[in-house]
Amino acid sequence: MKARIFVTLKGGVLDPQGKAIHHALEGLGFGGVNDVRAGKLIELELAEGTSDEDIDAMCRKLLANTVIENYRIEKVA
Amino acid sequence: MKSAVIVFPGSNCDRDLAVAFEAATGAKPAMIWHRETELPGDLDLIGVPGGFSYGDYLRSGAMAARSPVMQAVAKAAERGAYVLGICNGFQVLTESGLLPGALLRNAGGHFVCRDVALTVENAQSAFTSRYGAGEAISFPVAHHDGNYFADAQTLDRLEGEGRVALRYAESVNGSARNIAGILNEAGNVLGMMPHPERVIEAAHGSTDGRRLFDGLVEGLMARA
Repeated sequence: MKARIFVTLKGGVLDPQGKAIHHALEGLGFGGVNDVRAGKLIELELAEGTSDEDIDAMCRKLLANTVIENYRIEKVA
Repeated sequence: MKSAVIVFPGSNCDRDLAVAFEAATGAKPAMIWHRETELPGDLDLIGVPGGFSYGDYLRSGAMAARSPVMQAVAKAAERGAYVLGICNGFQVLTESGLLPGALLRNAGGHFVCRDVALTVENAQSAFTSRYGAGEAISFPVAHHDGNYFADAQTLDRLEGEGRVALRYAESVNGSARNIAGILNEAGNVLGMMPHPERVIEAAHGSTDGRRLFDGLVEGLMARA
C-alpha cells in the first residue's frame, strides 16, 4: 500500500519560496495569481496492514514540524 | 571541566567550535559522532555546531534532531549539562524540542552571510555573564533558515521569562521580534543563529565571541 503525505505551511507562517514562485509567474506574464504557497509531497511505500496510527505518528514525529506545518494523509490503494 | 562537540554528516563549524571550547577550557573537547547512543557521563558542556547536517534534507536540523546522539544530548541537558547550539545547532535544538519554536527560511529569501549588530538582552544567563545588559556586540551570521518563529503566546513567555538572550539590532532575516538567540526554561540550553566561535581571536577582526565561552566556562568551573 501507498500513502501520500501533503505537508503545508500553517496559515500565518510566511512562505518566501511561495512568494518567489509568485513573482516568477508574474514575470512570465501570468496575471490573476493572487497568492502562492509551496509545500511538500512525501510518498510512502508501506507494508500491508500498516496502521493509520503509525502513519500519523510518522507525520508527527518526523515528516511535519507541527509548530509551523500542517499535514494531510491520503492513502492510495 | 569536560566538553564535547557533536558531529553530524554535513556539520562544518564543528572544528571552529572545538577550537573555541579548547581556548576557554584548556582541554580538547571530545568529538562525538552522530551515531553514538551515549555520551561520556561527566560532560559539563556540549556544543551542537553549525553546518548543513544531512544536507538540510526535509527541514534544516530535522534529521539530526532524530539521530541517536540527540537522545543522549537531551538526557544530558535534563541532568544539567550546558548545551550551546549555534546556527544549524539552533535548528537542531528546536527540531528536537529542547527549545521552543522553529527556524524558517529567511524572510527575504536570501542566504545572509555578514557581520550583524546584536543586543545582549539577558546578561544574567550562564552564557552571557561577561556581557553587559543591553550591550551592543557584533557576530557573523551565515544562514538561509534563521527566521525565528513561535506563536505569540510562546514569544510573550520567552520575553517575560528573560529567555531572549540575544536580539538583532538590525533587520537580518525576518525573525519574530528580532530574536537571535533563546534560552530554555532552566537556562542551561542556548540556541543562537550568530556565530560567536568565529570571533574569538584578534586575527578574526573581533573578540566579541570569546567572552561567551570564557564566561560560560568560568561559571561552570565555579559551580563544580
